[in-house]
Amino acid sequence: MSTVLDVRSLRKLFPIRSGLLSRVSGHVKAVDDVSFTIDSGETLSLVGESGCGKTTTSRCILRAIAPTSGEILFQGQDVAKLERRELRPLRRQMQMIFQDPFSSLNPRMTISEIIGEPLLVNGMTDTAERNARVAELLELVQLPSAYLNRFPHAFSGGQRQRIGIARALALHPSLIVADEPVSALDVSVQAQIVNLMIELQDRLGLAMLFVAHDLSVVKHVSHRVAVMYVGRIVEIAPTKALFASPGHPYTEALLSAVPVPDPRRRASRIVLEGDVADPSNPPSGCHFHPRCRYATDRCKVETPPLVEIAPGHAVRCLRADEISLKGVDGGHTTN
Amino acid sequence: MADPILSIRDLHTYFFADEGVVRAVDGTSFDLYAGQTLGIVGESGCGKSVTARSILRIVDRPGRIVSGEILLRRADGSVTDMVKLPADGREARAIRGGEIGLVFQEPMSSLSAFHTIGNQLIEAVRLHAPLSKKQARARAIELLAMVGIPRPEQRVDAYSFELSGGLRQRVMVALALAGEPRVLIADEPTTALDVTTQAQILELIRSLQRDRDLAVILITHDMGVIAEMADDVVVMYLGKEVEKGPVDAIFHAPLHPYTRALLRSIPNVLAEPREKLATIAGSIPHPFARPRGCPFHPRCTEAIQGLCDVAFPETFDVGAQQAAACHLLNKPAA
Amino acid sequence: MSDVTAESRVAIASQRQLIWWRFRKHKLALVSATIVLLFYLVAAFADTIAYSAPFDTEAARSYIPPQPIHWFDAEGHFRPHVFALKGKRDPRTFKLAYAPDPSEPRDLVLFGHGYGYKLFGLFPTDRHLLGVSNGRPQDALFLLGTDQLGRDVFSRLVLATQTSLTIGLVGVTLSLLLGILLGGISGLYGGWLDLGIQRLIEILRSIPTIPLWMGLAAAVPNTWSSQKVYFAITIIISLIGWTELARVVRGRFLALREEDFITAAELCGASRMRIIFKHMVPSFLSHIIAAVSLALPAMIISETTLSFLGLGLRPPAISWGVLLQDAQNLQTLGLAPWLLVVALPVIVVILAFNFLGDGLRDAADPYG
Repeated sequence: MSTVLDVRSLRKLFPIRSGLLSRVSGHVKAVDDVSFTIDSGETLSLVGESGCGKTTTSRCILRAIAPTSGEILFQGQDVAKLERRELRPLRRQMQMIFQDPFSSLNPRMTISEIIGEPLLVNGMTDTAERNARVAELLELVQLPSAYLNRFPHAFSGGQRQRIGIARALALHPSLIVADEPVSALDVSVQAQIVNLMIELQDRLGLAMLFVAHDLSVVKHVSHRVAVMYVGRIVEIAPTKALFASPGHPYTEALLSAVPVPDPRRRASRIVLEGDVADPSNPPSGCHFHPRCRYATDRCKVETPPLVEIAPGHAVRCLRADEISLKGVDGGHTTN
Repeated sequence: MADPILSIRDLHTYFFADEGVVRAVDGTSFDLYAGQTLGIVGESGCGKSVTARSILRIVDRPGRIVSGEILLRRADGSVTDMVKLPADGREARAIRGGEIGLVFQEPMSSLSAFHTIGNQLIEAVRLHAPLSKKQARARAIELLAMVGIPRPEQRVDAYSFELSGGLRQRVMVALALAGEPRVLIADEPTTALDVTTQAQILELIRSLQRDRDLAVILITHDMGVIAEMADDVVVMYLGKEVEKGPVDAIFHAPLHPYTRALLRSIPNVLAEPREKLATIAGSIPHPFARPRGCPFHPRCTEAIQGLCDVAFPETFDVGAQQAAACHLLNKPAA
Repeated sequence: MSDVTAESRVAIASQRQLIWWRFRKHKLALVSATIVLLFYLVAAFADTIAYSAPFDTEAARSYIPPQPIHWFDAEGHFRPHVFALKGKRDPRTFKLAYAPDPSEPRDLVLFGHGYGYKLFGLFPTDRHLLGVSNGRPQDALFLLGTDQLGRDVFSRLVLATQTSLTIGLVGVTLSLLLGILLGGISGLYGGWLDLGIQRLIEILRSIPTIPLWMGLAAAVPNTWSSQKVYFAITIIISLIGWTELARVVRGRFLALREEDFITAAELCGASRMRIIFKHMVPSFLSHIIAAVSLALPAMIISETTLSFLGLGLRPPAISWGVLLQDAQNLQTLGLAPWLLVVALPVIVVILAFNFLGDGLRDAADPYG
């Protein structure tokens, strides 16, 4: 396997402006020293609660927003430093699947125009050739090619998401960034899209960054998971290890909060006190310490480094080797 | 068991739009008991929210209750049929926010941005109890403390936009409790919230229910939340009640093919990494194009040609408490 | 079966078709569209529809009340005609009073001869929609009466319609150009440009319009020909009118910039021009059309107000405002109430435009 994406010490600060003259009065550290890699054929999930910086991270990688510092090595080139024009050939290699199946398709274009657009703007001007490729892509996402001339309003949310996936795959990308691709869908449709993404990835060997808040979906799609809290990665591990034996108290609380669809498993949950910290004014030391039930005085002053506790399993907690945390049991699914 | 507080009998709520009639709720019946939680679960367009709005008599035009009964047992023991009350009349308004409290999905749009949360609470309190402004303010602070808002004496003068999503939803719960309700309807109360905040709100609803013997109707699309919270469950699909029963039976001995398929297709934290999900074929039909017969038959793997696509099945009781509307249950033996 | 075909018809219906289907349901807007269209037809063929030269004064014909058309002759045959007017001196007041003379019927003819003009400013002709068989039309036809100077009110009204409606159209075109340009720059580039343009809009909108108009109109030299004044007034009106359209355009650009399908197009390497003209402009075209149909009546009202106050077009130019100015005088109204008829087309057109704009706006968003 080869590394497709290598993110090193990514930082993104948003200025806080105030007053009549919009003077910068401070910064929100939306993304703070984030590093990870994704190999081809691998899915890394980025999870966390709203405002944790997972969406900002994904937008930085696509250069939809410019990072403040850090390196984003994509196929060996640093995306963070390239000029817009130099970026264009690289960008074709990284595509995105969006959350909202309604706003991600132009309502004024037919399906063949939507899926064909990436082909057209990248030089496939022959209509017959393009239509053939579009039909091929529709088949890939399991939609009948008879739908070519329909407009998006004729499709359900799940079908639209398939169209969005077909568009993302049109240029044979090596990296897909999927931003909450199933959270707007109904349960019965969500399963179809989750399966489709797993299948396509296995078939095409794509690297995928999967941004999500729903841990149960994450369990189904990812090889590895990174948990973010207030701009920092607090834990990164292979999926199974992260769910079975989390190393960070925040991961433990997140896992514990997920309702399990089985009334016989009404366990007593860890209910976190208070709210997610304000990223414009984060707590000192470990950002999680005010809500952490394992916190000591040391956690208030020292910023913990990301330390490997097992191969491929790194945790940003000062007490990682002192405390033992509870995960969720794997091994069987309820029916 | 005691008499139910709320009994819904064969409720039909239709929307009369230009394009046709949408049978949003088409024959729902259930009972709600004090201290119990009834979960109504289903996907978009199943009619779960319209059911809640029907009970409160706040169905938006062009929708209206076509037939059925909504029997509310009052504190004095008498029974009122909510369907017969004028929707904007004094009595219906007294029941809304009085005997029946409501928590919506979107706390931002349900709270006014122009009044402090205290003023909104005071107004709600005084609407249902003859208290002076000062007494009502004390009661408002008490309510905020009850829903677990830290420093309620200061927060009472805050505006809703100054609070986080979780705190806003707590304020919504406080508002719903202002009229001392005996029934609480929570329509997707945690959908817009993060998991850890969701856990807080669910815990809050549970503890309030324990303390006050509240009857709760919990409406959600999330089977996990249902499993966590409900005593009894109603499963809806395209306006039809397809199955109902105790929560354990619904999850461990589901009768209706839709319930079974839905349970199989839920992603689960207990699954193996990269494990594929069982799926339900197709997608939910548009409400104007509801299939004939059983609305689920085009997606059902067990559908019987010539039967399921023709007639809507009657509801068959299985055991004392569980029932489902499916032709498969109409075995010669039964 | 028809259900299936209807469904697939909707599935391949373009946005434009969906808008039309929705607009069709809006009966009031449909009627209004017809009315607006008729008015613009009148404006296009104004000289043909008028029958008397609009500036042809004749003291003797002062304040003649409207004369009806007689549809049948004495034998009961269909034969539309009018009676020539004969003046008689009142023996007591010595006032000249006109009365129709039944002994002198004049037959109405279609496309008869009248005063000479150029159709669309190109083709010289003297044919008019209505004429009389013998004699000059201005001596016999008084459908809406005459004013103090003996000019035919109907003919003047038709020509005023031409002026007022075109001034609206030209004004809207000008403000549309300004609005799209400045609103587009504002919405697309943001930053200081956006800030500057927004402040400019706010300043323009905060100045009370009538004093602003008065100031600008006062700057128009008295010596200018009415054609020059016409253009000056158009420009004055559109200088203020563009702000609203610029806001609509800017708002749409800002909203669209956040849309996922725009991001998707950017990600696949579409050029900026393609994104603007293939994705953004078609998305707000319908909103622009709706905004224009709501801006037009405002323009027309502006011109009418200005001219009515004597700040806009001045006689000998003819517009609704100028004609209304004639009806300003109470004494005149007592003597010749038919002069007030000018108010009618103003009200009808403004209402029709507003209903049309509402209908378009509702239809423009088939999912809204």
